[in-house]
Amino acid sequence: MTLPQEENFMRKISAEEKIEPKDWMPDAYRKNLIRQISQHAHSEIIGMQPEGNWITRAPSLRRKAVLLSKVQDEAGHGLYLYSACETLGISRAEMIEQLQTGAAKYSSIFNYPTLTWADVGAIGWLVDGAAIVNQVSLQRTSYGPYSRGMIRICKEESFHQRQGYEAILALAKGSEGQKAMAQDALDRFYWPALMMFGPHDSDSAHSQKSMEWKIKRETNDDLRQKFIDQTVQQIEVLGLEHPDKAIKWNEERGHYDSSDLNWDEFWSVINGNGHCNRQRIEHHVAAHEEGEWVRDAITAYNEKKRAKQTQDAA
Amino acid sequence: MTTATEKLELFEVFVRSKRGLDHKHIGSLHAEDHEQALEYARDCYTRRSEGVSIWVVKSNDICASQEDDADCFYDPSDDKPYRHATYYVLPDPVNNM
Repeated sequence: MTLPQEENFMRKISAEEKIEPKDWMPDAYRKNLIRQISQHAHSEIIGMQPEGNWITRAPSLRRKAVLLSKVQDEAGHGLYLYSACETLGISRAEMIEQLQTGAAKYSSIFNYPTLTWADVGAIGWLVDGAAIVNQVSLQRTSYGPYSRGMIRICKEESFHQRQGYEAILALAKGSEGQKAMAQDALDRFYWPALMMFGPHDSDSAHSQKSMEWKIKRETNDDLRQKFIDQTVQQIEVLGLEHPDKAIKWNEERGHYDSSDLNWDEFWSVINGNGHCNRQRIEHHVAAHEEGEWVRDAITAYNEKKRAKQTQDAA
Repeated sequence: MTTATEKLELFEVFVRSKRGLDHKHIGSLHAEDHEQALEYARDCYTRRSEGVSIWVVKSNDICASQEDDADCFYDPSDDKPYRHATYYVLPDPVNNM
């Protein structure tokens, strides 16, 4: 039996109306959203680490200013998403705890190390590029606060991809050594970038329900295909070699055919065995604990001010 | 572990993108007081000259109508179609009035 409120909820979903925080929603819808949005927020925050690693070693003042700006954006994106998630009734503290204890996940891509400067370019170009494909689609998600957050993030994200491509283009057009560095970064980041779209639709635990509820608007495999297609020409323009030797235009499908991914690697990194999983969380915990005194100082100052106000009023 | 964050208040942020336009709700953030909320809002929501003026309001201070009660809440104006311009049928030559 369907309850009247559930009928009303489904009516809104099928009429493309947004669901807003105070509306009735099925528990599973709320849980599914909290899982997806918090995972998205954690990805923005943890995503600052691999790039932050290069801020002090950026090759010029211009590149350093750009990278600082980009990393600052990621912190902002994390905030937009945490705020959106909080409207579902979970606190920031709970989310941070879930991240630090491993109960909540973040995108596996950030468990890969940034070994050279070219990796920073590859991240902007490929990782942010893949994120944009996903986020453009999520602008139409059924939950209002998530959708509005995505719209804001998409506006800012385009700069991320373009600065990354520009940085890698400079290397690809540089000396033999620089070109090799760009190729190496492409070879290492191309595959994990494709994995960002998640498992095949047939293996994705949450996909079907998420599509029904319009939390997700396009399937993992469709979004991945879009990214594969758009990246081919970008690699050509760089004059680099495509990491996928099986890449081939399929006239009939109107898409590129490509190799299947190394799913063992995918599951292994998700389950905590990537290069940097432990380091990323340890760093987050350390930064959080080292910031404790700042939060305490804010609270103490606030209390002192309030006491003074009460005293003045008396 | 994060008790201090819990104590911070939630603020809603409104930004006027250009003189002559309305302030528009753009998001929310945690801060300890109005002054700090304004500074955070500047850093977070106007990094690319998105605004010329910011309002911050404590979320708790907002009193909101319930959307689920919309039917009866707005009922008093629903039966007054004569408040709309299209209600009045005028001769064609003067209908662009």
